[in-house]
Amino acid sequence: MLDVSKIRQQFPILHQEVNGYPLVYLDNGATTHKPKVVIDAIQQYYEKQNSNIHRGVHYLSQLATDEYEASRETVRKHFNADHLHEIIFTKGNTEAINLVANGFRTLLTSTDEVLVSAIEHHSNIVPWQMACESSGASLKVIPMNDKGELDMKAYESLLSNNTKVVAVNHISNALGTINPVKEIIQLAHQVGAAVLVDGAQSGPHSHIDVKDLDADFYCISGHKIYGPTGIGALYGKEEWLNKLPPYQGGGEMIATVSFKETTYATLPHKFEAGTPNIAGGIALKTAIDWLNDIGLDNVMAYENELLEYATQELAKIEGMRFIGEASNKAAVISFLVGDIHPYDMGMILDKLGIAVRTGHHCAQPVMDEFCIPGTIRASFAVYNTKEEVDRLVEGVKKAQQMLS
Amino acid sequence: MASIKDIQQDIIDEFDMFDEWMGKYEHIIDLGKSLPLIEEANKTEDNLIKGCQSRVWLHANKQEDKVVYTADSDAIMTKGIIALLVRTFSGQKAQDIVEADTNFINQIGLKEQLSPTRANGLVSMVKQMKLYALAFQSQN
Repeated sequence: MLDVSKIRQQFPILHQEVNGYPLVYLDNGATTHKPKVVIDAIQQYYEKQNSNIHRGVHYLSQLATDEYEASRETVRKHFNADHLHEIIFTKGNTEAINLVANGFRTLLTSTDEVLVSAIEHHSNIVPWQMACESSGASLKVIPMNDKGELDMKAYESLLSNNTKVVAVNHISNALGTINPVKEIIQLAHQVGAAVLVDGAQSGPHSHIDVKDLDADFYCISGHKIYGPTGIGALYGKEEWLNKLPPYQGGGEMIATVSFKETTYATLPHKFEAGTPNIAGGIALKTAIDWLNDIGLDNVMAYENELLEYATQELAKIEGMRFIGEASNKAAVISFLVGDIHPYDMGMILDKLGIAVRTGHHCAQPVMDEFCIPGTIRASFAVYNTKEEVDRLVEGVKKAQQMLS
Repeated sequence: MASIKDIQQDIIDEFDMFDEWMGKYEHIIDLGKSLPLIEEANKTEDNLIKGCQSRVWLHANKQEDKVVYTADSDAIMTKGIIALLVRTFSGQKAQDIVEADTNFINQIGLKEQLSPTRANGLVSMVKQMKLYALAFQSQN
């Protein structure tokens, strides 16, 4: 059982007033707040460990390198990956997808197909569009049903020997749908396609087991799992990472350099050009350790409770329309109330000290599919409470009264 | 016709009556509801200013030496601010519009509405209103 008040105490930012009200932060899908230990880890790095990694022989450089590489090991364990060199640090989920999609530019041909789903974030659409544009491959879309679930029959019929890549999110940021990624991967492998799983939203809410899923690529953002911004991690199967060309050139990613020829470093450094976000990398370990100390099973159970309570209470509001009602859903609620524009609702909730996301959530195709301009999205984290859900419900009612 | 400055002062006085944000917001919402709508025929793709959060349509035409604006938005709060901008600028001389500032929005405590980060299309709309005025002015 979680002691939420104890957890809340660890988040300095939560204890403030916004527009005269105690802050209710329900925009965790965009970014989560950071526990004190993570903030301390960043400060500690700059105060006591700061040095460039992988190159110095001096004490501090060694210390920083050890800490940074210890974080890679933590990510490996967290992902249940076989090898340390299968973990690439990136600046976030978006860069991870770009790294992979960019590499596929040289592997794709004009008869090849890339499948993405109808409920992707722009960051798992646009890099693939760019890869298709430069390689001549085609982009196909796995459709969804009215509840915001992927149409698995349609997916199966889209798969063919031309399919080279399938890119899907584990959990949809706009709707909260948990996709059956294991099944998606199994089916893709039957036609020899590689699968990239965008784990931006699953990172904070669920276990990640790349071995069990048999994922070819899996990526997360640090800032969505209670860690710093500017750091993320990509898991790639060794054989795939070896096939992909380097993403960026520079220091760190080379073995030898001459004006005639440069040879590249081995994994993972081949994909890590330049000085990385060392502080972020080190603090990411702290964040993952913190999350695992609470226990993902506890987190999932508690967030489910919040989801059920919020859904039940919001449903009592007249004109409430949930967008995305998948039977397997994470603690994300996208909704509209009557004809009220999500922007208007968001403005008033903000004035009441309630932070939600409004708009298309960087998933315009999803909104087009539902023929709506956007939604109001409340996304929960482990530090949210039922009292905060009540504040949201009251806020929505107040806004409705003002706007009708 | 009152000058732009006078109208802006009237608006500032009008909003001074409200002590709290809620009153101000309710007034903005009322203004949004009562904004004369843009003619459907003018709600074209060309007249659409795409904000990330809300959409704004703006139409301008010249009547003698004055510029007449009509506008609309899909969000009522945005529409309320539009009503204030139309009230200030519509029917004024092109040159006066070009030279006018929009600081009154800050003074009535709705600064955040005209912030580029709100992405509600209003910043682009003000720019567009001035561009129309500039274009009409150069026709003279």
